[in-house]
Amino acid sequence: MIRVENIAKAFNGKEVLKGISGTFEKGKPNLIIGSSGTGKSVLLKCMVGLIQPDEGFVYYKTKEFTFASRNDKTEVRREIGMLFQGGALFDSKTVEQNVMFPLDVLTKMPLAEKLDRVNFCLERVGLQGQNKKMPSEISGGMQKRVGIARAIVNDSKYLFCDEPNSGLDPQTSILIDDLILEITEEYNTTTVVVTHDMNSVMGIGEKIMFLYQGHKLWEGNKDDIMHSGVKEFDDFVFANKVMQKLRK
Amino acid sequence: METLGKYFIFLGKLFVNTESFKTYFKLTIDEAINIGINSIFLVSLVSFFMGAVTTIQTAYNLISPLIPDYVISLVVRDMTILELAPTIIGVIYAGKVGSSMASGLGTMRITEQIDALEVMGINSTSYLVLPKILGALLTYPVLVIIAGLLNIAGGYLAGTLSDVITPYEYIYGIRFEFNPYTVTFALIKSVVFAFLVSSISSFKGYYTVGGSLEVGKASTAAVTQSVIAILLADYLLAQLLL
Repeated sequence: MIRVENIAKAFNGKEVLKGISGTFEKGKPNLIIGSSGTGKSVLLKCMVGLIQPDEGFVYYKTKEFTFASRNDKTEVRREIGMLFQGGALFDSKTVEQNVMFPLDVLTKMPLAEKLDRVNFCLERVGLQGQNKKMPSEISGGMQKRVGIARAIVNDSKYLFCDEPNSGLDPQTSILIDDLILEITEEYNTTTVVVTHDMNSVMGIGEKIMFLYQGHKLWEGNKDDIMHSGVKEFDDFVFANKVMQKLRK
Repeated sequence: METLGKYFIFLGKLFVNTESFKTYFKLTIDEAINIGINSIFLVSLVSFFMGAVTTIQTAYNLISPLIPDYVISLVVRDMTILELAPTIIGVIYAGKVGSSMASGLGTMRITEQIDALEVMGINSTSYLVLPKILGALLTYPVLVIIAGLLNIAGGYLAGTLSDVITPYEYIYGIRFEFNPYTVTFALIKSVVFAFLVSSISSFKGYYTVGGSLEVGKASTAAVTQSVIAILLADYLLAQLLL
């Protein structure tokens, strides 16, 4: 479980996050949703330590992370897997080398064992046999799946996904969402997904946090969406024509 | 001043929370090949022609019959060892290697590859930059030695083929009152320049913010600032060590 407490962040005097608190539970996808520029990705980056919040705390189980020493942070980070918006695969490495990278750097596993683990993870994301391809030789959806394989190769306890569906077609988006859900349930990870894709919200939104102009305005799950009672949330959810028809 | 402070903090980060020796060894060898071996052709070409041109132009300027011909190769030797091989090749090195380092790191930054390393608990500064600096420190002095030899060889060929100096006089001039300390001085300069080019270029690339346009700007700034640093260091080292 991850808990954030009163997280605030400003850039050049502009407040992006204003006292965000909440918990992200184990074994289910926790979604952070909201329009562009509401601070979703900033919150995610505060949680993984890529951005230092001005105020507030992030707890992994009971360990305080935000102001922990570099060594303590490293200890927690080695249990984190992250899928970036653009995949963030290393251009100069093959698919296999990309997935094996955390094992190469963070473990002393023998090569044969590492290869087994990599092949298992690639198979798990449906990319068996793609080991020797370079990131530039595979599609955007496949890059995301390689990113997921890399994020779980080290038996990560925490999985963070920053807009996993951006730039993907609807079918591939569903495939990625399903994969995130399956992996979360199968490995009992604490998964945090930042998205503004309503298909994802309706598909895997077991726990949803809605951000609006840096504030947390609503929290619930996909079943509560239709009757949130929050105007800003309704505006966001029902901006989509399909959702409007669904409501009618 | 703020940038200078940030640069020194950046250098400090190279040595904290490091990975295993084996990891750095492999990465340093890769970088040495990438930035050293792959620069040999350009360095050789430039050095050879620089030596040839220096010989011809020195001969053209020494028109007094009172000055013996071996002075031509003596001038070529001292210019080569003291300035042409370490400094001018340093400027070319900054253009080739510095821009490549800055654009490589800049691209990694904007495509979140550096963030990916940080999230994994890897000190990205140390992991990405330290091998580049070590690779440059290992290979640039070798490039300077190659450049010096080819400079003198280029001068020999151009001088003898165009009959401005005989082979005997050229060799005599090269050996005349040779001071081995000049070679030591050149090698000290090469180590300092390698450090400046690799660290400044990495610094500019590592802190790129924005998109592809900013990567280009970082690359240009890396070359400009590396060249300025080389020229300043060249002057300071000459004052201190000669």
